[in-house]
Amino acid sequence: MVGPIQVAASLNPKAGPSGIMETPMVEIDRLSLWYGEKQALRDISMSVPKHRITAYIGPSGCGKTTLLRCLNRMNDLIDGVRIAGTIRLGGTDIYDPALDVTELRKRVGMVFQRSNPFPKSIFENVAYGPRILGAKGRADLDGIVERSLRAAALWEEVEDRLGESALALSGGQQQRLCIARAIAVEPDVLLMDEPCSALDPIATAKIEELMLDLKNSYTIVIVTHNMQQAARVSDYTGFMLLGELVEFGVTKELFTNPRDKRTEDYITGRFG
Amino acid sequence: MRGAGRLWRSGEPFIWLTGGALALALLLVAGLVGLILVNGLGFFWPKDVVRLALADGTTRTGQIVEREPVPGKAGQFRIKLKVANRDLYGADFQWLEEGQVLRREYPGDAVVIERVEWGPLIGVVKELREGGKPVAAGPAAGWAEMAKRLPEATRIRREIRGIEKGEIGRINFEQEKIRLKLRRLELRGVTAGPEAVRAEGLPRRPSRGEPRGEDRVDALQREMADLQARYTEQEGRLAALRARQTVSVLVAADDGKEKDLPLVQVVNVYFPNAMGVAAKAGHYLGKVWEFVADDPRESNTEGGVFPAIFGTVMMVMIMSLMVTPLGVLAAFYLREYAKQGPFVSLVRIAVNNLAGVPSIVFGVFGVGFFIYFVGGTVDRLLFAEALPTPTFGTGGILWASLTLALLTVPVVIVATEEGLAAIPMGAREASYAVGATKLETTVRVVLPAVMPSILTGLILAMARAAGEVAPLMITGVVKLAPALPLDSFWPFVHLDRKFMHLGFHIYDVGFQSPNVDAARPMVFVTTLLLLAIVVLLNLFAIGLRNRLRRKYAVAAV
Repeated sequence: MVGPIQVAASLNPKAGPSGIMETPMVEIDRLSLWYGEKQALRDISMSVPKHRITAYIGPSGCGKTTLLRCLNRMNDLIDGVRIAGTIRLGGTDIYDPALDVTELRKRVGMVFQRSNPFPKSIFENVAYGPRILGAKGRADLDGIVERSLRAAALWEEVEDRLGESALALSGGQQQRLCIARAIAVEPDVLLMDEPCSALDPIATAKIEELMLDLKNSYTIVIVTHNMQQAARVSDYTGFMLLGELVEFGVTKELFTNPRDKRTEDYITGRFG
Repeated sequence: MRGAGRLWRSGEPFIWLTGGALALALLLVAGLVGLILVNGLGFFWPKDVVRLALADGTTRTGQIVEREPVPGKAGQFRIKLKVANRDLYGADFQWLEEGQVLRREYPGDAVVIERVEWGPLIGVVKELREGGKPVAAGPAAGWAEMAKRLPEATRIRREIRGIEKGEIGRINFEQEKIRLKLRRLELRGVTAGPEAVRAEGLPRRPSRGEPRGEDRVDALQREMADLQARYTEQEGRLAALRARQTVSVLVAADDGKEKDLPLVQVVNVYFPNAMGVAAKAGHYLGKVWEFVADDPRESNTEGGVFPAIFGTVMMVMIMSLMVTPLGVLAAFYLREYAKQGPFVSLVRIAVNNLAGVPSIVFGVFGVGFFIYFVGGTVDRLLFAEALPTPTFGTGGILWASLTLALLTVPVVIVATEEGLAAIPMGAREASYAVGATKLETTVRVVLPAVMPSILTGLILAMARAAGEVAPLMITGVVKLAPALPLDSFWPFVHLDRKFMHLGFHIYDVGFQSPNVDAARPMVFVTTLLLLAIVVLLNLFAIGLRNRLRRKYAVAAV
């Protein structure tokens, strides 16, 4: 397991402080977003480092899920969304009109707040993405499915019932299946929108453990309500409030020594 | 007042109100179905034949159908007797005052003979004749001899019918095809000779459906002559068969009247008074089977309704094939692609209101658009040789099905749209999130999930279509169709043909029949059958829907 980062390292060049440099995977520059007339994100700039877990915390409605959904352009599906600023994934502007959004979503996988397996078999759930991308042949798919399920720490539990409906799985298993489905297309980044909010503590612990494994291969961005969870699993944490990114930094520092008064109030439970 | 208020607040009266409404609805439905069942199911049960000795010295033989008080005379009843023998008495039914009846008896040798025409015959077998000469006399001996010869007579009747419908039908069909080919050549200016086409410098490429090199006039005329010869041969066979039919049965009816009935006309014979319950039950089942599987006789008041069943089911099937894609695609556009706004809302309201347009209006539209415009154009372009006889420019099963598809498309659209609206966004997002396009998501995720809703719409559409009569009357349903829209003659499915339909059959038998009294039970039986068919179609669709639901149950997202 990768050890916790020793030295403070805010990756935003404008914030500019000290520490080891990480490789940025996603760079967000002056991002603002409006739902119709209502502004939901205000001038956000930050970078998501490669092969790390980055968490967004903040009270309900602060825009953390909106920010997350900007990263794979899931907000495109909502009518009346307008965006200003740029987001670059590995150097490419993902809002470039010439860019194929399905190609982007293949590179940026997503796991949702409530597990949403398809009403198909376990196998078909995992094979769905690869099939869309043109994977044919049972042997290929078998390999992908097994690899993905193993990576999602679900293989042992389901290997002898791959043909059964995914809806028969428990909540925690369904969520891990969704993770397997997301990583079956081998994305670079994995977005997780409060993945444990509907799960019991044991299932939550499993998912957290899984995230720590997965960060060796994927860059993970997670939105969570649960500050303990952010503190436990993430390397970097951003605190958001009313559409602004109030503070972003190494998790340990943010929790032990917040620079902003509002961050301090939130993490000490004075509001939110 | 306070007590009443408290009672109302307790919720109890409201429960009773809702329960009462449901009970009333159930009662109405049960009453309707019960009425149909009672009137319909008894029809095939062989009723005893009673012989009534009347005060004026005459006798009446028949089956009692009804008994009711005489209006204006208290305590007196009259009975309605089905005396049958329409050719002898002029009417099938007679009303008799009970006071006039001196004696009732149930003679064991009273026979009911169902025959090909004139309705049933009730009486006593007097003798059996062959070529006009008696071979057996008296009820017992006459029946014994008759029973011996009946199978042969039935076989010959079937053979005659087989020749008429099968061989001669095929010859007529082929003759018509050749006539049309000749006419087509004539329209191109070819009236003679094998090489006339080339001589006149017309293109040699054979037009649609014509075998190369065989569509020359001479060849066709030779073929026509062949067919004519075959026809004459079949005519000869028929004449021979008919000539072998010399056996007849003499039946004595009331008032010394007699009927000499050729045996070949006898469809069924039974002695109701001599039958036990088991025999009657057997007879009943036989009649039910005849009803379901046979062609109608006697301007639809007897025999079966098979062509009407066939027509109804086939029309519903064709309608389903048309309405499902149309409605589903329209709903997909409305819900998945169209930008939601006032215009789409307007379209949605318009679609919903379409379901409230009187069905006869759809019928009129069908006649104007499908039959005259589309059918007329098709005829001019593809079937010019048959004009002025229209092929598609007249009512037919295709146009009737299309008209009903229009009538029922709002139901499918609404049901599908509601199904689409109920699919959670999460299901779609999950698909987008792995890089699926909108089309892939629609086909692989949305369509399976909305399938049960589509089937619900289809179930409602089928039930509506099967029971619809008004638009069909002007778009292709007939009282008696000479042939089914599906047969063994190429191209097997004849969508241009007129067809029979159970709903129209009910109307026709009940209100257009020359002999309403005799036909009335048929109305109930046919209604019962139509109900049964609708239930069966629905059960099939519901079964399919439940299977799909289990398979594609939408996650609780």
